Amino acid sequence: MSEKVLMKGNEAIAEAAIRSGCKLFFGYPITPQTEVSAYMSKRMPQVDGLYLQAESEVAAINMVYGAASTGARAMTSSSSPGISLKQEGLSYIAGADLPCVIINIVRGGPGLGGIQPAQSDYFQATKGGGHGDYHLVVLAPSTIQECVDLTYKAFDIADEYRVPVMIMGDGMLGQMMEPVSFPEHDDSVTFDKSWACSTTGMKRKKNIVNSLYINPDELENLVWERQKRYDLITEKETRAESFFCDDADIVLVAYGTIARVAMNAVKKARAMGIKAGLIRPITLWPFPEKEIQKAAATAKSFLSVEMSTGQMVEDVKLAVNGKCPVEFYGRTGGVVPVPQEILDKIVEMSKKL
Amino acid sequence: MQKEFIISGFGGQGILFIGKLLAYTGMKNNYQVSWLPSYGPEMRGGTASCNVIISDDAIGSPLVTEATEVIAMNSPSFVKFEQSVAPGGTLYYDSSLVSPNPTRTDITYIGVEATKLATEMGMGKLANMFLIGKVLKESKVFEMDVIFEALKGLVPAKKPELYDLNKKAIEAGANL
Repeated sequence: MSEKVLMKGNEAIAEAAIRSGCKLFFGYPITPQTEVSAYMSKRMPQVDGLYLQAESEVAAINMVYGAASTGARAMTSSSSPGISLKQEGLSYIAGADLPCVIINIVRGGPGLGGIQPAQSDYFQATKGGGHGDYHLVVLAPSTIQECVDLTYKAFDIADEYRVPVMIMGDGMLGQMMEPVSFPEHDDSVTFDKSWACSTTGMKRKKNIVNSLYINPDELENLVWERQKRYDLITEKETRAESFFCDDADIVLVAYGTIARVAMNAVKKARAMGIKAGLIRPITLWPFPEKEIQKAAATAKSFLSVEMSTGQMVEDVKLAVNGKCPVEFYGRTGGVVPVPQEILDKIVEMSKKL
Repeated sequence: MQKEFIISGFGGQGILFIGKLLAYTGMKNNYQVSWLPSYGPEMRGGTASCNVIISDDAIGSPLVTEATEVIAMNSPSFVKFEQSVAPGGTLYYDSSLVSPNPTRTDITYIGVEATKLATEMGMGKLANMFLIGKVLKESKVFEMDVIFEALKGLVPAKKPELYDLNKKAIEAGANL
């Protein structure tokens, strides 16, 4: 465990990626994630890696497509409007079964929107912004330390299942500084890269990376094979944290930095004698349905808190499956809710119990 | 301990740096800390501000809405954040730049002629350090030697003379 340093979320993600063995980064600047690119441009030459500022976000994701085809660990990062531009590339990368990591430091939308923190890209990230039967694994850190830990994890999940993995934070997480340490990265774990298009001097049959299959039967088989991997990811990689849920009447569900704001509200509610709890999804896809279902067995109502007009609330409702009411509280456009307004909503709900 | 700061002023006054000094000192002394800057387009030539929390416990919301200490280095900041001081808290301001018009009776106001005094001592760019010196002395959030120790870690290794200058400015502010 290294000594603690004070770092921005954006810088911590970049450093963690390098320590994970990522030597190829393709970026394009956009607020509020530009520090990822800036940090990479400084550090990559020091570790014999490549930092390349592409001519556009579209180019950057296609460079990742090419780099990942060689079996190397590759990454790109952007913020909401730039991530929209990358969607075609993401679908192709998923269709070609390539591992890679994409960072989305979300800002207000739609369109160019604003530059302040938001969570309104949840649908795009978890439901597939590109076309076809595919998923991104979506990880949602809530602290700068978790940015580091989940970046390590993201590369391993990507390589193990040959899928693209997204780390989704918001502008606040990208810009704020907290103490962080970089655990020793376990380089002893290796992954099968026999599929990679890397130079072997003609010693084996050539590998092909491709997402085009004209024969429907062939494509169907491949899509179902991939679906089995998604099922395995759901079974093995789903993550969430629960606080005070054992006896909670009102269970809040919130992710990322908003989970921290919600936690303040939950503690204040408890101090007032209201039995509130919190579930914090760490993986947004796969969504932690089991944790929600477990809490729904005893809870009297749920409250999804988001920086959007209500996106994750749909997954909460699916998991609760009608067992009790699911309410929503959200701010959007770059406005970050404060604990008091969430507490007001909890108090209002407690009167209906 | 739970101290929540809002530090605000013009871009270029070293607002973000004194926030970083507080957060870094907290980290070095095993507190939980967070440092959240405003990052809007207003930063260039306009207002810069940051929120710093120093706590014994894990930090929830990094946004400060009820500050134990507000530090205002220009008039717009004084007006904007006066209502964000928690009851019983303190609003520090640079009285050479701010014409105060206090509207509350439940908080303490402390004005320091930081920019004027710093300029007179030939350290015009270190008015932020004068002010933070006063804040540290009054709030007792950290002992002076703890701050100076941390300051060593923030001064660029290639410019060690900056350490002495900053230390001198903090001491001068504390002795006002």
